[in-house]
Amino acid sequence: MNQDRGLHYEENLLWEKEYSESSGVDLAEPEDIPLRIGVAPREEVGLPQLSEPQVVRHFVRMSTWNYSIDHGFFPLGSCTMKHNPRLNEKLARLSGFAQIHPMQPQSTVQGALELMHELQNWLAELTGLWGVCLAPSAGAHGELAGMMTIRRAHEIQGNSKRKIVLTPDSSHGTNPATAVMCGFEVRSISTQETGRLSVEAFKDALYKTDENGADIAGMMVTNPNTCGLFERNIIEISDLLHKAGGYFYCDGANFNALVGKVRPADFGVDVMHINLHKTFSTPHGGGGPGSGPICCTKDLAQYMPVPRVIKNSKGEYILETKEDRSDTLGTLKAFQGQFGMFVRALSYMKSHGSDGLRQVSEDAVLNANYILSQLKDDYHVPYEGSCMHECLLTDKKQKQYDVTTLDIAKALVEYGYHPMTIYFPLILAGTMLIEPTETESKDTLERFISTMKKIAQDVKDGKNKEFHDLPKSTPRKRLDEVRAARNPVLNYNIAS
Amino acid sequence: MRYLPQTANARKEMLKAVGVSSIDELFQDIPKTAFVDGLVDLPKHQGEIEVDRDLSAMAAKNMNADDVPFFLGAGVYNHHIPASVDYIIQRSEFLTAYTPYQPEIAQGTLQVIFEYQTFISKLTGQDIANASLYDGSTAVSEAALMAMRITRRNKVAIGTVLNPEYRKVLNSYMSNYEEREVFEGDPDGDTACVIVQSPDFFGSPHKYDKWRKKCDEVGALLVVVVTEIVSLGLLPAPLEADIVCGESQSIGIPMSYGGPHLGFFACKQKYLRQVPGRLCGMTKDADGRRSFVLTLSTREQHIRREKATSNICTNQGLCALAFTVHMALLGEDGFKRLALLNHQAACRLAEAVSCIDGVKILNDRFFNEFVIELPKPSSIVVEDLATCGIIGGYALDDNQLLIAATEMTTDDHIEEFVNTLSEIL
Repeated sequence: MNQDRGLHYEENLLWEKEYSESSGVDLAEPEDIPLRIGVAPREEVGLPQLSEPQVVRHFVRMSTWNYSIDHGFFPLGSCTMKHNPRLNEKLARLSGFAQIHPMQPQSTVQGALELMHELQNWLAELTGLWGVCLAPSAGAHGELAGMMTIRRAHEIQGNSKRKIVLTPDSSHGTNPATAVMCGFEVRSISTQETGRLSVEAFKDALYKTDENGADIAGMMVTNPNTCGLFERNIIEISDLLHKAGGYFYCDGANFNALVGKVRPADFGVDVMHINLHKTFSTPHGGGGPGSGPICCTKDLAQYMPVPRVIKNSKGEYILETKEDRSDTLGTLKAFQGQFGMFVRALSYMKSHGSDGLRQVSEDAVLNANYILSQLKDDYHVPYEGSCMHECLLTDKKQKQYDVTTLDIAKALVEYGYHPMTIYFPLILAGTMLIEPTETESKDTLERFISTMKKIAQDVKDGKNKEFHDLPKSTPRKRLDEVRAARNPVLNYNIAS
Repeated sequence: MRYLPQTANARKEMLKAVGVSSIDELFQDIPKTAFVDGLVDLPKHQGEIEVDRDLSAMAAKNMNADDVPFFLGAGVYNHHIPASVDYIIQRSEFLTAYTPYQPEIAQGTLQVIFEYQTFISKLTGQDIANASLYDGSTAVSEAALMAMRITRRNKVAIGTVLNPEYRKVLNSYMSNYEEREVFEGDPDGDTACVIVQSPDFFGSPHKYDKWRKKCDEVGALLVVVVTEIVSLGLLPAPLEADIVCGESQSIGIPMSYGGPHLGFFACKQKYLRQVPGRLCGMTKDADGRRSFVLTLSTREQHIRREKATSNICTNQGLCALAFTVHMALLGEDGFKRLALLNHQAACRLAEAVSCIDGVKILNDRFFNEFVIELPKPSSIVVEDLATCGIIGGYALDDNQLLIAATEMTTDDHIEEFVNTLSEIL
C-alpha cells in the first residue's frame, strides 16, 4: 500500500527497484578487440540498473528527508553551521580548478599554486602563525599533523623522552585519540569546577611526574574551550608550558569566535589547525569533505608536513618537497590537500575581508550571548558570566520533571529546528551547547528563544510524557539505535 | 556585508538586552595583549563581481583537462561526470546538511551512506564497507594500522609497486612508533599485513591467490589497494583479501588538483569492530518502519577518547554522494562498459605509441595505464609536451613514462600525442 502522504515520500533502496534494460549513462559501443589485462575478466558485479529519470527522482526524494542550514537554524555547538555562499561553489567548479591534476607540471598550474599561496598568507595573518601547511584533510587530520609536528620537533631536538600530552577533560574526543596515534601518553586536567583551566590544576598536571615538567611534550587546548568560554589564564599557562619545554597545540574548532579580532599566536599558541568547513564556510556536505590546514610558529615550521607553496626568486610558485626541508615529518596526505575547499575558503575570505571577518566574530559572539541572556532563567547555566560564540546550558531544571536533554533536542526537531550539540562536553550531565553563528538575524534568534521557552514551560506544566514521543512530524520517529548496534546490518547484501 | 544579516539597530538592542555597553565587553576574558589593534593586515571586503574576477583569473592560468589532450593518471583520473551528479550534490539538503547525528531529520544522507556502503562491498567483494575515508593514501595507512591492531604485530610488507604518494603517507603514519617498520618484499612472522596494489602503480593487474598463500603461511592479513576503482568493472573482485581499500575519485568526483577525493574501505565481517571511520546501519523507528542510523560509535573518539580505534571523526560525505549517484546512473551494464572502454582506450593508445621509433611498452598487461620507455629522460619530455599543450603523463625515473587513457581519450588526442611525441624525441 502506498505510504506517501503530501510531500512525504517513501523511497526504497536502489537494489529494490525494477532492473532497467539500459544504463542511465549512454556510453560508446565497445570495439571487438582482445583484452590485454592478463587475468580473466569479471563477469558480474551485482549492481542495480536504472534510467536517468529514475535515479534523479530517487535522490531528490531522499534529499527531502534531510534538514540543512539552508532550511533553517542549526545551532550545533562546536560545529559552526554558518551559511555556505554559492559563489564559492561556482568558483570551485571552474574548469581551471576542477579539471586539473595534482601531478601536472607546476608550470601548468601556476594559478592553483598562487591561490594556495594566497590562502596560506591569509591564514598566517589571521592566526599570527607564520608556517602554514594546507594539506590535512579535516580537523582531526589537522590535529594529527599538528601533534606530529610537535613530536618531530622533540625528536630532532633530542627530546624524544617527552611523552606526555596534557589536555583538559572537556576537550574534543579527537584530542586524546590523536595524541595516542602519535605515540604520546595523555594526562587529563580537570576543569569541572569552573569550566576553565585553572593555573593550579595545570601546574599539578605539568609537574606531576617531573618537577620541571621535563617529560611533557605539549598540551592540546581548545580556546575558546568546549564550554564556550575563553581560557582567561591562557597566557600564564602557556608561559609555564613553554618554560617546561612543551608546545601548545590549539584545537581551532572554535576559531569563529576570534577570527579577525584576536590572533592565537598572541596568546601563546605554537601550532593549531583551522577547520575551513567551520570558520570559512565550506559546506559540511552531510559529513565531509572537510579541510584542516595547520598554522605554526617559525620555530615549528621546519618540522610540519610537506608540501607548502613557496614563491621563488623568479616569481614562480612551487611546491616544496622533503628534499627542500629535511626536518619535515613527511607527507600526511597524497598530493596537496583538499584543494576544492581552498578555493571555497579563499572566495569566502576575500568576500569578507579584514573588516568583514572581524564583524563575523563580533556577531557570532553577540548572537550567542543574546541567546544565553534570554534563556538563563529557563535553563540551568553551569558557568557564570558571558560566553564566546557558543553558550552552554544543561537539563538540570527539566530533569526533575523527567525530561532530559535528549527529549529537549527531539522537541526542537519537532518544532522545525536542528538541535544544539547534546551531551558534549562530557564534564557535566545533560549538556546542551548552542552555537548560533553570525549568519543568523535577530528575528531567527527570537523565534528559537521563544521555542526554547515554550519547551521549558511545557516541562513545568507537566507535559513530560508527551516529550518522550517526539518527534512525530518527521519522516521517521525515534530510532532503535540499540538494535542497529546489536545486529549490524551495514549494506543491502546483509539486509537481503 | 552580504553574508551578515544583523542590522546596526539589532546589534544595539541585543547588547542592551545582554547588559553590556559595547561588544568588547563580551571579549573581556581575553588578555588585552592578544587583541589585534584595528584590523588585521589583509584587504577589505569585496563584492561578488570582484571575487569572481580575482579567482577566475587564477583559474584561467591553469592548463586543464577540458582544453587539452590528457594522459596523466598515477592514482587520479580524468573521467566523465554525468551532469545530473553535480545537480544532485548541489541540492541544499545534501550540500548544507551536517553529519547525520539526528537521524529523524537526516534519513536522506543516511540512506545514501547505506547505498554507498553497499556499492563498495559489491565492487570489492567484501562483506562490509565503511562510510568512506579522506582519500586512498590515508585509507591505506588506516588499513595498515588496523592490521597491526588485529595481529598485534608491527611490520608492514609492500607486495607490489604502491603509489609513491601512498607510500610516503604510510611512512609518516608508521613513524609515530619506533617499533613500526614498512618494507618491500615477502611477509615474515612479525608482519601484520601485506599491501598489494592492483593494478599496481605501473598499471599491471595482479592475481591475489599467490599473495593469499604467502599471508596464510605467516598469519598476516592481505590488504588489496585499488587506486582506479573503474578497473573493478573488468578485473576480478579481490575476494581473497582481508581488507580492500583505496581511491574512488574516478566515479563522480573531479580531479580538483588532488582533493577532495574519496577513500574507500571494505573488509571481512570478522574485523567489523576494528574498522576506522563511520558506519551506517539499518534499524527501525518507533513505528517499526525501516530506518538508517550511524552505528557502532562506541569505537569512536567522542566516547573512547584515548582508547579509540582511530581519531577520524568525519567521512567524505558529499563525495560519497557523488559516487553513489554516478554508480546508480551507470548501473551494472554501464559500469562494466565504462571499464571496458577505459581498457580499450588504453589498448588504442598502446598500439599507437608502440609505432613511434625508439618507444617501447614495458607492460605485458594493463588496465588503463602502462609504462613506456623513451629514448630520453621522461621528465624533460613531460615538460616539452606541456609546452606543446599536452599533459603527457607521469615521469618515472630515467626514461620511463607512465601514461593513462580513459573514456575521455579520443582518437584525435592520441594522434596529437603520438605526432607531438615523435617530434620531441
